[in-house]
Amino acid sequence: MSDNIEQDQEVDLEEQQVLDAIAVELPGFSRDVHQLLPVLQKIQHTHGYLPRDSMVMVAAHFAVAAAKVFGIATFYNQFRFNPPGRHPIKVCLGTACHVKGGEIILENFTRRLGIEEGETTQDREYSLERVACVGCCALAPVVVVGEKIESYVTPSKVEGVITEIEIQNEIAEREKAKDEQQSDSE
Amino acid sequence: MSKDRMVTLTVDGLEISVPQGTKLLKACLDNGIYIPNLCYIDDMEHPPASCRLCLVEIEGRPDPLPSCSQKVEDGMVVHTETDAVRLLQKTAFRLLVSTNHGKCRLCMANKHCAMQQIAKFLHMPLRTKKLRYIPKDMPEVIEDHPCIVYEPNKCVLCGRCVYVCSRQNYDFALDFARRGFNTTISFFGSQEEGVGDYCRNCRACVDICPVGALNFKDERDAFLQDLQAKISA
Ligand code: SF4
Ligand code: SF4
Ligand code: FES
Ligand code: FES
Repeated sequence: MSDNIEQDQEVDLEEQQVLDAIAVELPGFSRDVHQLLPVLQKIQHTHGYLPRDSMVMVAAHFAVAAAKVFGIATFYNQFRFNPPGRHPIKVCLGTACHVKGGEIILENFTRRLGIEEGETTQDREYSLERVACVGCCALAPVVVVGEKIESYVTPSKVEGVITEIEIQNEIAEREKAKDEQQSDSE
Repeated sequence: MSKDRMVTLTVDGLEISVPQGTKLLKACLDNGIYIPNLCYIDDMEHPPASCRLCLVEIEGRPDPLPSCSQKVEDGMVVHTETDAVRLLQKTAFRLLVSTNHGKCRLCMANKHCAMQQIAKFLHMPLRTKKLRYIPKDMPEVIEDHPCIVYEPNKCVLCGRCVYVCSRQNYDFALDFARRGFNTTISFFGSQEEGVGDYCRNCRACVDICPVGALNFKDERDAFLQDLQAKISA
């Protein structure tokens, strides 16, 4: 896992909104320290990830050291520390996919997107994650892009997956521009 | 535990008497019998027994046991230098140094590092040839604390710093983070506003670290400057 969560990061507008929402939610939660993990889970469930500052806020809520909250959160694989991208890419590294070269596929995505596993691209378009067996081992190696399963993925297919998303984005943008033009001329 | 009750046991043929309830490792160390150890601290009630270096053989027990978590018993017969013990210690040591880049001369702990001491005692090199050297994929220094620097590639994850900090503060300013091969010590936000200043700069963690993984920033800077001067001289 590569993360720079320990260093202070710029909090962007989207993140600030998440943090503001958490600040409103937190007082509603129990202060019993046994609830620490469930509270982290709730935050992740609601917002998709645990922003750095949210762990500091949770620590203050339970009156424990932030180092402890960070230690607990990073111990479990279920927590994310970066916002999910609009196109979350999950590379399967379950046994079958691992044997069929899932690592190589993950590395291809890493290089193509310029982010490490567990990270999100600057424009929040893509996030990259590893998962363990998505239940269709016969199609290994498997990658889940958004809701869609990509089967028998090869390095050349990695490029294809990204290109497809880019093309769709472009089409959507052109449609939008056209719509706007139409509504302008009306 | 009654204070005065003494227990007599035999270690490597030597008879020693220590107060009841003493941990075997402490009993040996206090009586001049050295056993390699990293993760034990005097008077720990529940030693983590995680470094696996302090193993000894106790007559009547089938396998070697970590002496840090064994309490002394009357009439106990202990051997600290058997082949089985040495084999296990050497394996544990190899695993510990398999991530060590071995640049001792550039380290603040040089000459008083526990790993160097144990290497000498076990006649082992600080870079093992038997196991593959796997460097940790981590930065050389992590500076998320305002005045303490942490060097993850030197850290042997003994947990002594976490223990003393919790003792000192009744809470942790630092703790383990992540897991498995990626485990580190982290100060995450320990001096952030609103979280309370958990770290009191008491330097307990820096002083207890058996290797040179935790240091005060200014002291380390001064050391590096000195070193630089020596090298260029
Ligand atoms: S300096 Fe003292 S309070 Fe700060 S982290 Fe180290 S042991 Fe804890
Ligand atoms: S920083 Fe030092 S004391 Fe703390 S776990 Fe690492 S080696 Fe042990
Ligand atoms: S291992 Fe990848 S789908 Fe089962
Ligand atoms: S000192 Fe006993 S296992 Fe580490």
